[in-house]
Amino acid sequence: MPTYIARRLLATIPVMGMVAVIVFAILRLTPGDPAAIIAGDAATAEQLERIRHHMGLDKPIYIQFILWLGQLLRGDLGLSLISGVPVVGMIADRIGPSLALGMSTIVFTVIIAVPLGVIAAWRQGTLLDRAVMAFSVFGFSVPIFVTGYLLIFFFSIGLGWFPVQGYKPLAAGFWPFYHRLILPTLALSTIYIALIARITRTSILEVMGEDYIRTARAKGVKESAVLIQHALRNAAVPIATIIGIGMAMLISGVVVTESVFNLPGLGRLVVEAVLARDYPVIQGLILLFSFIYILINLAVDILYTVFDPRIRY
Amino acid sequence: MSLFGSLKRSSVRALALAAFLSAALLFTSPANAQTISAVMHSALRVLDPVITTAHIVRNHGYMIYDTLVATDANEKIQPQMAEKWVVSADGKTYTFTLRSGLKWHDGLPVKAEDCVASIKRFAEQDKMGQIMMTLVADMKAVDDKTFQIAFKEPTEVVLTALAKPSGLAGFMMPKRIAETPATQPIKEHIGSGPFKFVAAEFKPGIKAVYEKNKDYVPRSEPASGNAGGKVVYVDRVEWVTMPDHMTTVNALLAGEIDYMEWVPFDLLRMVEGKKDIKVSVIEKQGFQTMYRFNHLHPPFNNKLIRQAAMYAVGQEDVLKALVGNPKYYKTCPAVFGCGTPYESSAGADMVVPSNLEKARELLKQAKYDGTPVVLLQPTDVITIAAQPVVIASALRKAGFTVDMQAMDWMTVVTRRASMEPPAKGGWNLFSTNWLIVEIMDPLRSPIAAANGTKAWFGWPDVPKIEELRHKFVRTSKPAEQKKLAEDIHKLVIDEGVLMPLGQFYIPSAYRTNLTGVLESPVPFFWNIRKTGK
Repeated sequence: MPTYIARRLLATIPVMGMVAVIVFAILRLTPGDPAAIIAGDAATAEQLERIRHHMGLDKPIYIQFILWLGQLLRGDLGLSLISGVPVVGMIADRIGPSLALGMSTIVFTVIIAVPLGVIAAWRQGTLLDRAVMAFSVFGFSVPIFVTGYLLIFFFSIGLGWFPVQGYKPLAAGFWPFYHRLILPTLALSTIYIALIARITRTSILEVMGEDYIRTARAKGVKESAVLIQHALRNAAVPIATIIGIGMAMLISGVVVTESVFNLPGLGRLVVEAVLARDYPVIQGLILLFSFIYILINLAVDILYTVFDPRIRY
Repeated sequence: MSLFGSLKRSSVRALALAAFLSAALLFTSPANAQTISAVMHSALRVLDPVITTAHIVRNHGYMIYDTLVATDANEKIQPQMAEKWVVSADGKTYTFTLRSGLKWHDGLPVKAEDCVASIKRFAEQDKMGQIMMTLVADMKAVDDKTFQIAFKEPTEVVLTALAKPSGLAGFMMPKRIAETPATQPIKEHIGSGPFKFVAAEFKPGIKAVYEKNKDYVPRSEPASGNAGGKVVYVDRVEWVTMPDHMTTVNALLAGEIDYMEWVPFDLLRMVEGKKDIKVSVIEKQGFQTMYRFNHLHPPFNNKLIRQAAMYAVGQEDVLKALVGNPKYYKTCPAVFGCGTPYESSAGADMVVPSNLEKARELLKQAKYDGTPVVLLQPTDVITIAAQPVVIASALRKAGFTVDMQAMDWMTVVTRRASMEPPAKGGWNLFSTNWLIVEIMDPLRSPIAAANGTKAWFGWPDVPKIEELRHKFVRTSKPAEQKKLAEDIHKLVIDEGVLMPLGQFYIPSAYRTNLTGVLESPVPFFWNIRKTGK
């Protein structure tokens, strides 16, 4: 296993290299001019040209690529073209809210969705099962921003229980930190709860027809133990896969949630950087996201061996 | 298990992990400071008010820097950092004397040499400053409090250039900062204005924090326009960026923020009539919305075809689509804005109503061959997304072939800088907006200039306009200036240098516990008192 992990981690290097080249090329082929953002609407073509020269944007693209690659190999993601702040520092500033929201969402989703799916499968065809499936369809169909606005309308403006927006770091205290995460977590979780509950239900239903379940029941094993120890364990591989995919999808989900709840996270930074054509920031973020995707895939593959000892690498 | 109960339990593990991974988390505010929390019209990312004409950076500039002179609410130029100025009998030399007690935020005194360096850097970038510098013979510090600007011929342009709040405002900086080349952003943000910039709390695109400058000595006159006493009554002002307007309105309603600079027209209903919220237009002169032809390529390299397009488009149609509520717009044919000293209604019949018959007649006369009009439509900026749709519809009705291309604003700003033919990535027509204060006279208006490829995008080449603008610089007689501005206005309309589409006003909204909010071209935070924290 350690060899396998080391091999997979080494394989990330060429993948990241490919990502770097593709991202650089796509960005430079996209119309847009960061100098225009800096200079403002009234700037003339002459002023724009002077700013481009100062930023090095008038150099041939291959020279810009070589310079960027050199920086990257030194572990330097460069400076934001717009604010002049180091990209690493910007990511460090913004990663806290995204991590907090992402982890809160995943934990909440797993705690709610897996039992819901198991219960729905256990009570297949009953009102409870239909209610869970109806919730799934609803949760999967309603866009995150609509859920977000509804939550704000009822719980912030109507009842005044939660703040409308904003983020407090953990350093400001547990409750101020957590209080502001509850509504964004609820909004973002809905879609993942719907997805994971459905997959869990399907996986459990498949397993429940197996001989070993019938055997366990015949031996007089308690129904809860049948469900959790026998059925859920054997259905875990597809569930782990979908949770992994869900975590990767979270990266796109936080973009909307962070905007609706004004969380200063990485999702918002991506949008801001793309709209301003802030190339070093976009490049740094895409490299980071690619790395996270790779790590999530690796973690899911390793989890397979935990759930199913027959799997060996 | 209750929903919130499960949420709380489930999040404990997430919180522990988040605490471990989020060492670089954000900031907290001093608990007892009286703070105004404001959401401005856009995020602050660039901090150098000389390198950019972006309004948000200019607004930031007014927080921390001061100007030598400033315009009051009646557009009259008043001394600000200057105690006085004296003009020589021949009108060629201006001697400025600084007020006593002026200090930079680092505690050092403001000196005349700082102002000379600041004016030079400003004038390198600012359009009117560049015109001024063509007339300057010498600029020097006489002593610590006095400096002189000598001109080759009599002119008043120096006062207008340094007092105007847009495109670039004449902010004063310490000499060591002002000596930074004008194409490179400054690294230190030290002014002598009523607020200090809190660099440690600045998060580009998220939050900018200003604290009261306790050493600031306000003028004794009441605040008026950009001039007068800048008395600060609160400890801090925080500019918080919110990417979503609906969230901003909700935050204002919930009392989480105090001030929203621009309320989108479609969300006004949410704040109007609320007892804790005041809705008001602070920038009384408002904005001009306009469109620009590309004079380099067919079909708009033909004056008759430009005029045909101007007859086709009606202002009321555009303003209805853009604003909707007539309380916040009015038709206006004036190139230099309505309600300004150089307002003119000449050519109103061409630019205000839609006259499709006349447009068709002109197209026929010009032998328009159906060359498509490439019209750029930015879909991501709500204040300029509607105009192209209405323009395209009107042009099609008149007989034009229109190719409206939807794109983001960044693509528009790249495309509009291209002088290539439309088929090779260029363009024929795009629309944008200007603050009236940016275009209210022939010198400060970048869009009235018609010096060919040196002009603003569209590159109109009308030597007569340039001749009149040069005359305007050299006269100080109001009647003569008025006559020259009127002649320029007529030429601008007749030649299709730009097409005014009317004037509109964006309301601000703030909590009623704020009092003393000034009406001005820039959202100022001095003179405001806040009840409670």
